[in-house]
Amino acid sequence: MYNKTIAELARGLRSGEFSSVDLTLAFLDRIKQHHSLNAYITVTEEQALQSAKAADLRLATGNAELLTGIPMAQKDIFCTEGIKTSCGSKMLDNFIAPYNATVVDKFNSAGAVMLGKLNMDEFAMGSSNETSYYGAVKNPWDTHTVPGGSSGGSAAAVAARLAACATGTDTGGSIRQPAALCGITGLKPTYGRVSRYGMIAYASSLDQGGPMTRNAEDAAIMLQTMAGFDDKDSTSVDLPVPDYRAGLSNSLEGLKIGLPKEFFGEGLNSDVAATLEAAINEYRKLGATVTEVSMPSLKLAIPAYYVIAPAECSANLSRFDGVRFGYRCENPADLADLYTRSRGEGFGKEVKRRILMGTYALSAGYYDAYYIKAQKIRRLISEDFKRALSEVDVMMGPVTPSTAFGIGEKIDNPIEMYLSDIYTIAINLAGVPAMSVPAGFAQGLPVGLQIIGNYFAEDRLLNIAHQYQQVTDWHTQTPKGFE
Amino acid sequence: MSLTVSEVKDCAHLARLGIEERDIGSYAKDLSGMLDLMTQMNDLDTDGVEPMAHPMDQVQRLRADVVTEQVDREKFQAIAPQVEAGLYLVPKVIE
Repeated sequence: MYNKTIAELARGLRSGEFSSVDLTLAFLDRIKQHHSLNAYITVTEEQALQSAKAADLRLATGNAELLTGIPMAQKDIFCTEGIKTSCGSKMLDNFIAPYNATVVDKFNSAGAVMLGKLNMDEFAMGSSNETSYYGAVKNPWDTHTVPGGSSGGSAAAVAARLAACATGTDTGGSIRQPAALCGITGLKPTYGRVSRYGMIAYASSLDQGGPMTRNAEDAAIMLQTMAGFDDKDSTSVDLPVPDYRAGLSNSLEGLKIGLPKEFFGEGLNSDVAATLEAAINEYRKLGATVTEVSMPSLKLAIPAYYVIAPAECSANLSRFDGVRFGYRCENPADLADLYTRSRGEGFGKEVKRRILMGTYALSAGYYDAYYIKAQKIRRLISEDFKRALSEVDVMMGPVTPSTAFGIGEKIDNPIEMYLSDIYTIAINLAGVPAMSVPAGFAQGLPVGLQIIGNYFAEDRLLNIAHQYQQVTDWHTQTPKGFE
Repeated sequence: MSLTVSEVKDCAHLARLGIEERDIGSYAKDLSGMLDLMTQMNDLDTDGVEPMAHPMDQVQRLRADVVTEQVDREKFQAIAPQVEAGLYLVPKVIE
């Protein structure tokens, strides 16, 4: 039963094929069995069984929602009241959140069953899940390779069927890249679509939560619960939430797809390129027309991102000072020593690197040359997107330059790791929504197709992904040993 | 472009971030690599371009000036490293 989608599980729960308690026990058992993947930081067995019992009662009254009784898991960046919320860091290893993130509240009121908290790169800074204080997560397709990051635990858990679905967050590709490397479906919504309240901040103008699932229909179900205006998030967008499942079956006849030529140049692995070519051909068969588009400023997305994100991170992470919560060093000599050592001992190397970079870019004398310059480039990139998306309905391209790389392969070379974010980062700078959809395999490892849409066009993206999944079966494949 | 050891130390001080003496060299190297990446930005003429701070170009929402939340001191201080009589304790600042 753990191999079913949310939609199938919801039917099984209603037909009496199994109860939510049965399902929850089955997933908890699998989590134990595949403990070595290191996908979970915390398993909340007791609470999960309690919620499952409550969900079964609710299902019996006929007052259930689609997610009622569905066992899912939260990325450990979302605050969960009374439950450790570590953000993958030693800094928050002892942090029991005193409140729920809005996203967590929404899943709770839908009656979803939380199995636990998922591993991630420390403070969501990383593309391989290797910066986690709790150790690297393994990719279920090949346990010597990384699952991607920062939502690596989420992607590995969904791919290995250790949860029916999971939440992720995406600042520069952290939902789409792990989804691609683990062969699952991931959606980064438009900036402001999903509340950031209680989602521990990395780079506030880029961070966005979203669903990580088996297929597009499940992503629509999850997004339905996650999306919506939230008074507690000052950048939440007050627009009505459409019915994301309503348009899934729409025909793609006449769909205009743009391929940014900058996405298919040097650096893209040829097997990945061939796989994407085949996927785009499927769309031609579904009635779409394909044209080339150009995004001239795209090449500067990585430099601009690695100014803006560290700048915002250096400000956001100043709250971790060893005074009110989180890690505090032993025997501080004075207040300065308390701050300096608590932060020095509590943060890992990648986080420190970004805090230092951000501090430098914001410091007197460099602010205009780096921070303001990066913001101007951000404007040009966002104009590229607006122009391209006025010519075509969506853009398609790779999510990553290659398939999953080996654990330990890039961790000592941060710049090389940053460069692998080339196809995902610009989307966050512009704030538009984008998905990763399983599109085949190269050298036995999953390849993701990226679909990029206009602001608030999540319903269109889901429709386009769903139609592809009606004529392909890449999304139904399961890693060997996890069937 | 490269960042010197003393510039790294200055940034660490500004950020109140403890870094090990033996790691400073490797931070200087990594940050210099990042700066090299960033100097590519100078290839693009951005004169007259309005900086973009936020994807939606939003303004901050206003709300009525009414109490919406009560601070639960006990609950929030339960997770603090050191408290006494409702106050957060830190090392002595004034002799």
